[in-house]
Parts: sequence; C-alpha cells; structure tokens
Amino acid sequence: MSTTQNTRATATSSATTDPVSGKVPLTAEQLQAFGEEMDAIRQAVLADLGEADAAYIRKVVKYQRGLEVAGRALFYVPPAWPLAVAALSLSKILDNMEIGHNVMHGQYDWMGDPGLNSRMFDWDTACPGEQWKYSHNYIHHTFTNILGKDRDIGYGILRMDEDQPWRPYYLGNPAYAFALMMLFEWGVALHDLEVENIVAGKRKLADNKPLYPRLLRKIRRQALKDYVLFPALTGPLFPLTFAGNAVANVVRNIWAFNIIFCGHFPAGVETFSEEECLDGVDDKGEPVETRGHWYYRQVLGSANISGGPLFHIMSGNLSHQIEHHLFPDLPARRYPEVAQQVQEICERYGLSYNTGPLHKQVGSVFKKICRLALPGRGAKAAEPVAAQERIAA
Amino acid sequence: MSIAGTILRSRAVAALTSPHGVDRYLEQINPMWAATEVRARVLDVRRETGGEHPVATITLQPTGTWRGHRAGQYVQVGVDLPGSRRTTRCFTISSAASLPGESIQLTVRAQGEKRPGQSVSRWLVERAQVGDIVHLSQAEGDFVLEESPATPTNNHLLFLTGGSGITPAMSILRTLLRDGYDGRAGRRVTFLHFARSAEDQIFATELAEIAAADNDVDVVLRHGSVFSEFELRRLVPSYAATDTWACGPAPMLDLVREAYADSPSLRTELFNVASVVPSGAAEGDVAFARSGKQAANTGTTLLEQAEALGLRPTSGCRMGICFSCTATKSSGTVRNVLTGEESSLPDEEVRVCVSAPVGDCVVDL
Repeated sequence: MSTTQNTRATATSSATTDPVSGKVPLTAEQLQAFGEEMDAIRQAVLADLGEADAAYIRKVVKYQRGLEVAGRALFYVPPAWPLAVAALSLSKILDNMEIGHNVMHGQYDWMGDPGLNSRMFDWDTACPGEQWKYSHNYIHHTFTNILGKDRDIGYGILRMDEDQPWRPYYLGNPAYAFALMMLFEWGVALHDLEVENIVAGKRKLADNKPLYPRLLRKIRRQALKDYVLFPALTGPLFPLTFAGNAVANVVRNIWAFNIIFCGHFPAGVETFSEEECLDGVDDKGEPVETRGHWYYRQVLGSANISGGPLFHIMSGNLSHQIEHHLFPDLPARRYPEVAQQVQEICERYGLSYNTGPLHKQVGSVFKKICRLALPGRGAKAAEPVAAQERIAA
Repeated sequence: MSIAGTILRSRAVAALTSPHGVDRYLEQINPMWAATEVRARVLDVRRETGGEHPVATITLQPTGTWRGHRAGQYVQVGVDLPGSRRTTRCFTISSAASLPGESIQLTVRAQGEKRPGQSVSRWLVERAQVGDIVHLSQAEGDFVLEESPATPTNNHLLFLTGGSGITPAMSILRTLLRDGYDGRAGRRVTFLHFARSAEDQIFATELAEIAAADNDVDVVLRHGSVFSEFELRRLVPSYAATDTWACGPAPMLDLVREAYADSPSLRTELFNVASVVPSGAAEGDVAFARSGKQAANTGTTLLEQAEALGLRPTSGCRMGICFSCTATKSSGTVRNVLTGEESSLPDEEVRVCVSAPVGDCVVDL
C-alpha cells in the first residue's frame, strides 16, 4: 500500500480564518473542505473497485507479455528487425509504466493476486523494485516538490528549480538532461545511492553498502538477459539482436524520461519549502502538514499531459500526474474518470490545474532546463505560461 | 511433463524470463501450464449434505507441478471471489494419499454468512463449476499417517474427530484401505466421530460400507452428543497408549487433551481458529505504524483488529500456517493464540492472524 497519506489525518489547523501561508490562497477551513472533497472522491473509487479494474490490468499484462514474446521472436527474422524493436520497446514501456509503476504503488494489492502485488512485483528495468518503492512511494510521494526533501527535483543532477542555488556545474544542465534521458534506466537504478549527498558530505559511502547486493543482482540479470542470452539464442544474428535490445531499452528510456519530466517540471508547477508545509499541529502540539495542504501541494506540484486513451495507457496514466499524486494507490485507469471532478473542484477553489499536450509540456520543461543552466532567479513570475491552462484566475 | 518441467525450471529459462519468472508467461497461454506454481481445474462438485452450511466434495486436477500429498495433509486454496478479491484458505484433502500430478478431493463445509460466493468455502461448495481454475499451494501439515498401509502391523490406530475434522482422518482411513492388502486396513482401527446430527454426517454412505465390511475397522458415529472420556475408555480402554489422531473444533480438542494428559500418543489438529475468543482482559493500545491508525486493544488477533480499523493487510490462511500475513512488530508483547506462547522481542516478525497483543503493541501495517 502507499505510505503517503498517513499521520496527517489527525492534524488540525492552527489558524482558522487567515490564509494558511503566503502561497496558499485558501483559508484553513477552505483547505480542510478541499481535502474532504478529495477524500470523498477517493472513497467513492475505493468502494467501486472490482472486476472491471482486474480485467483491465490483466488485459494490459496479456498485451505486454504478448508484445515481449513477439519482439523476442521477431529477431529471428532479420527483415522484421524494426518490428521486433518496436514490439520490445512497447513491451518495456507497458511493463515499466502502466504495469510496473502502478502495481508497485499497491494499486492492485486489493486483488490478492501475487503476480500483481506490490510486495512481489519487479519490473523489466535495471532498478530493483524494492529499492524504487522506498525512494518513490515514500520519499517522492510524501515529500512531493518539497525542496531539500524530494530528491526527484532534478534527481540530484539537474537544476530544475529557481530555489536551487546556481553553481557553475549547472552550465551543463541541458547536457546532463540529455544524458539522463538516454540512460534513464540507469539513472533510476543509481538514484538511491544519493551520490549528490555523498559528494556534499551528507551521506557516507558506507550507507550505500546494503543497497549494492540487490542492485548488482538486478543489473546483472537485466544485462544477462538483454545483452547475452537473447542475442546468443539468435546465433549468427547476435549483433542485430544485441543492438535491437539496446535500442528498445533506449526507446523506453526516452519515453519514460519525457513523460516523467512533464509530471513535475513544466512552467507553473510549484515547489515548497519544508516550513510552508507545516500548516497545522498534531495532538502533541508539533507542527505538521494538514491533509488538506498535502492534497493542495500535490495539485500545485504536478502537471498533466492531455491526449487520447492510448497515449494515457502508454504513459502509465502518468499523464494524469495530478490525479496520481492525489490518489497514488488507486488503479491508474480510474484517473481519467476522476480528473473531471478534480478539475471542477480545483476551479471552485481557485487552484490552478496544470495541463497541456505533450509537445507543449515537453517544450516548457526543455526551456526550463536551459534557462536554469544560467544563474539568476526571479524569472518564475515572468515565465510565459504558454504550456499551461490557468483555469482559475 | 518431467523433461519439459526440468527445462522450464532450469536456471537458463529463469534468466530469460527474469524478472517475472516463467509461470507469468505460461499462465497467459494455458492456466494449467506451470513450472513451479500449483493450480488446479475443478473436475467435479458433489453435494454431501444440505442445510444452512452445506458440505460438498470437490475433485481437483492439479497442474503437473503438484508433488502429491500424504494422507492427513491440507492445502491452501486461493479463489477469485466476486469483485476479483483472491482469497486463500486452507482445506484438508479428504481423498487418499496422492502421487505427483494425481487428482485430489477436498470436502468442504460452507462457512460464514449465507451470501453465495462471499467466502472461499461458500464459493467452492455453491459456486464452483467444472472447468474453473483455483490456486493451490503444495500439500502441508504433519498431521499424517506415519505407517506404511501396505505393511500389516499390530498397532491399534484411533481417530477422534468432530464435524469437518473428519476429513484428514477420512483421508488416512481411505489410504489404509486402498493400499492395504485385500481391502483390509491390516491393523485394528477405531474411528470415533461426532456430528451435530445425522443430516450433518459427512461420508455417511461410505462410512456405513466401511463399518459393514470385514476390514479391521470399527466405525462409531455419535450424533448430537459430545466427546466424553468415559465413552472413549469404554471403547478403547488403553486409549492413552494408543496412537491417536484427533481433529475437530477447539472445545472438543480441549476435552481430548485433558483425557490424554501428556500422552505422546496423541496428535491433534485444530479446526476453525479464525475467530479467537480473547483470554483475560485486554489492555493497552494497538498502533499500526504505517497507516497511522490506533485503537484500544480488543484482545482479538492483530489481523482482526487491523481489519476492524479498515486496514486490509495481506493475509492468507488466517490460521497461522501460510505466513503471508507476516508483519514486523516493532514493540510490545504478543501472544500466539495457537500455543499461548508470548514474545516481546522488538522488531520481530509475527503472523498477525494468530498473534494477539498483550498490552501496548506497535505493528508496521
């Protein structure tokens, strides 16, 4: 199950009528009401989970396995090489996004099927699922867009926010981003070693030791399968199959990178400081974030990509990043249907709901990567909001 | 299957199908193909008794991965209940010992509320259709016949069973008669069973036939009465020194254990431990750290308390055998409701379905 939404349930807001903090345009009461409306959507979907959701994910799995087997088989027919690469790329994209990412969020744990259980599933990529679940489900989804907490802001490599202080190192921002895109699978796998924190002296090299065995085992298995065994099985076609598998992995890398970067980095997406998230107090009087603010942060800290049904499936429904962040443990196929309600609620509360077609969101992210390579800040307000629809004024 | 099985279970195939494993591909083609997992196709469903809690015998054809079972063992059965919730419960195999790949029978009493298909037992008894697929574990349990049925001995064997507890004893008895010489058990066997009423008597016809035949087996059926040491002593005066298999509900087993004191001849198996009556006053609070839920300890198992708070932790057999509900208890003391054993180690792995908190307790759920 997702670990994102606990401990806040009991938090009550400290202020009642004043706007909660400089950034939040809502009063504490409005924020609470907003949170309750989100809770209601979540409860309605939870109560309705059933056979249709199970049939859907099983169908996606069937397509993924079919594409994978077809891809591997087509490498025996040299003229079909592009088809083989296409099938294998699609298989890896489905496996990682609509199946892997979502299953490992615990979205289908209620089915009780070991093959679709977050505790058992592992995906067709270099990063061990076990390790990813900690950094993604816990760190990223709990501390979404909190600077200094959410290690997905720039992944410790890039400058993706004005509030990250500029260093000459960041002149290479576009180059690093390009490298990360091509090697995304490896970036994700090595993400948890927190190299940037080791360089900064915040983490000891020894802290990584427990991670190595699992990581190395997974990398070895992935490499053995894609770069030794399957190419070897095609005999004299070894180089072609080897190249085809590599291309499929890179195609998946490029696609996943672009979808994921559009989730939190387009212009207009907000980041938060730790202090401004503490808008309530718990039973013991300690400052905590209220559930309403947590929901608020998820909406403001995420961006959607508009598109057709097939596009949403291929993006693992991360094109509904806002809904995913609000309800990370609901089956992703439900995001399109709740999106309308979420959008309507945001409109009523005057919260911006950031969405746009893929090319606009990618363009916006690309611009940000380039702009933040250079020093200076304050560009945030001046940034043209081309890539987003401001629903509320 | 053996050559194919050897190939499918090879390290090479595992490497090629990593990280999902070969069974995740085979099941897409045919649910009866498997390399390590066990599934089964329903071959037949036969009603044994009717009423509020009907009993049926379900014949299953397992996949080639089934390693067979010893008489008296049970198997975990997982079915997709309505709403696509796969639920797993344990059932004793009632048919005689099986070899790898052979079909088996389960004799199941429909438990729980009368909503068709809302519990595994109700689904098996009332919903299962020929051709349906269920998920199995390998056979488990050590409430088994240790003797070879093919070798006649002069060991007297005694079976004391109540209600659905008849099934493992039935499997043992059938094995003795099937594998013994000339349809005889080859040793003296006393089969004492307690049923609520004649209508609730499972295997009535077969037991009558066994009782009538010249096969060394004494069948004694009691309807409506409860186990008493007095009656047992009259039937088998030296019962405490006789190899005994007792299986039935907890109150009956308590009486049996009392009668046998500490005799090593007694083997017992408990039925229906799902709902445990709390012993003594429950104290303290139970906290589920991951979900942030907390409540006063009600004295029932951690699993039941978690579910009462709206959590849905992974669980399986609900009787402490499948380990799928294992969770980390970070602090506090828990009592194993099966053995009464208490443990207070920090960060201990516990099976929440059979662990009841004693005082304050924190569990990572």
